[in-house]
Amino acid sequence: MNNIMIGRFVPGNSWIHRLDPRTKMIVTFVYIIVMLWASNWQTYAWTAAFVVAMVKLTDQPFKLYWDGLKPIFWLILFTVILQLLFTPGTPILFSVGPFQVTVPGILNAIYVMVRFVLIILMSTILTLTTPPTSIANALESLLSPLKKIGVPVAELALMLAIALRFVPLLMDEMQKIMNAQKSRGMSFSTGGPIKRAKAIIPLLIPLFIGALQRALDLANAMEVRGFKDAVQRTKYRILSYQKIDKVAFAALIGFVIIFFVIKTWLHG
Amino acid sequence: MAIRFEKVNFSYGAGTTLAQSILHDVTLEMPTGQVTAIVGQTGSGKSTLIQHINGLLKPTSGRVTIDNFELTHHTKEKELVKLRKSVGIAFQFPENQLFANTVLEDVMYAPVNFGATKSEAKLAAEHALTRTGVVRELWGKSPFELSGGQMRRVAMAGTLSSDPSVVVMDEPAAGLDPKGQGELLQLVLELKKLGKTIVIISHQMDHVIAVADHVVVMHEGRVVAQESPQILFNRDITWFKTMKLDLPKAGQLAEKLRDEGITLSRRPLTLNELADLINTEVSHE
Repeated sequence: MNNIMIGRFVPGNSWIHRLDPRTKMIVTFVYIIVMLWASNWQTYAWTAAFVVAMVKLTDQPFKLYWDGLKPIFWLILFTVILQLLFTPGTPILFSVGPFQVTVPGILNAIYVMVRFVLIILMSTILTLTTPPTSIANALESLLSPLKKIGVPVAELALMLAIALRFVPLLMDEMQKIMNAQKSRGMSFSTGGPIKRAKAIIPLLIPLFIGALQRALDLANAMEVRGFKDAVQRTKYRILSYQKIDKVAFAALIGFVIIFFVIKTWLHG
Repeated sequence: MAIRFEKVNFSYGAGTTLAQSILHDVTLEMPTGQVTAIVGQTGSGKSTLIQHINGLLKPTSGRVTIDNFELTHHTKEKELVKLRKSVGIAFQFPENQLFANTVLEDVMYAPVNFGATKSEAKLAAEHALTRTGVVRELWGKSPFELSGGQMRRVAMAGTLSSDPSVVVMDEPAAGLDPKGQGELLQLVLELKKLGKTIVIISHQMDHVIAVADHVVVMHEGRVVAQESPQILFNRDITWFKTMKLDLPKAGQLAEKLRDEGITLSRRPLTLNELADLINTEVSHE
């Protein structure tokens, strides 16, 4: 349980940590969109260089990023194999039954893999350096124009913040229930698939009941403190862009311009 | 079954940059057929310690022997089933482990897992429920319909139903009313009479005195004392302050008397003992 890295925040005081969460979200979003336009090795190299620089700036051990990549290893492998087998073109290197492995296929497979890895790295940078509540606040701030057309942005952000807050609690709870049931002889590693699926029931039922109970408790606690929805609320932490954010946006614009320059000049 | 820890170290995420060391060089013995209490402030490593008794955690270095089972860093997951059959652990708020449709089915979970037939398991479950004081009328009900105190008893029965020879309880009385607490301590003494080796974590020193033959004190991941309650609770008061440990009620009262200038020859463990000491040692003027 302790090695699940998705969405984990590690406190620090790096350049990236100090950026406004909105800046980080915008940079991540723009970066991912732009990289989908990458089409040759030069553009991929440039996007990769940008991520590597960002990773360096977060001042975290690379192992943390590696842990973020591990859970999706199989997904990457699966897509890579699909690309390898199903990309038509010439020259054909060899055939496996009805499938043909081609040079464009190999290139495509590599590109898809690089794309996956870069997207994961970039979003890991965001979640690794930004506390969950800041992510929720940033989202609220960025989506606030939608309030005009009646989208309950503040409530959505609150729901997100609560959901994110509950993740570590539920993980903890899960670990405790697992320990209790293991002590009562539960085993995941024996028996066929049906038996294994059944073994999860003693984990899920207590977990759901506990989660519902917590949710009710939280709702009560919020109500007794006078929580109402659909009211204008002030914030304890007010987001404001600093000099460092301007630098980040300048870097982003530079990245995008150079990306398209490389792409047009060396279009392949 | 004797439980012995030899130079046990444990850290979470050993070998990574985020490694967190919890237990340091723990060497201790929990005698067969006796009640061992583990005390210490929150975060002193008590819960981590007991998870080594049935192999939920394995020592990063050192070894734990439970009768003739040897648990080290290299023990395989498969071998642990044997160990877990003979060591029952009831964690804090064990009612959170209930899941089955009926009380009886939930209590049958452990024996079935450890290879008993349905009818054997049913018998064992009925036995355990009777022992923990769950009345027969409740056996067919959903565990979620019960009151908190009843759920606790059902969960305790769920740990006892596989007839473990070692019973470990992590703050079993937490959150119970005084009557429930008393009954729980009674249960501990009954289990001891059956010859079981019992390990109990408690913050309430009066509970420790009521049941324990042997006390292990943990402080910042180390064992700082292991001795009988009589010896432990007569240690110097400053020691208790540094370990952030409470005295039993009688001991606290005796300390207050001393502050008022009334000194007793030893520190009493129970209120009766305190009363006797006052009667014999304090002159009536």
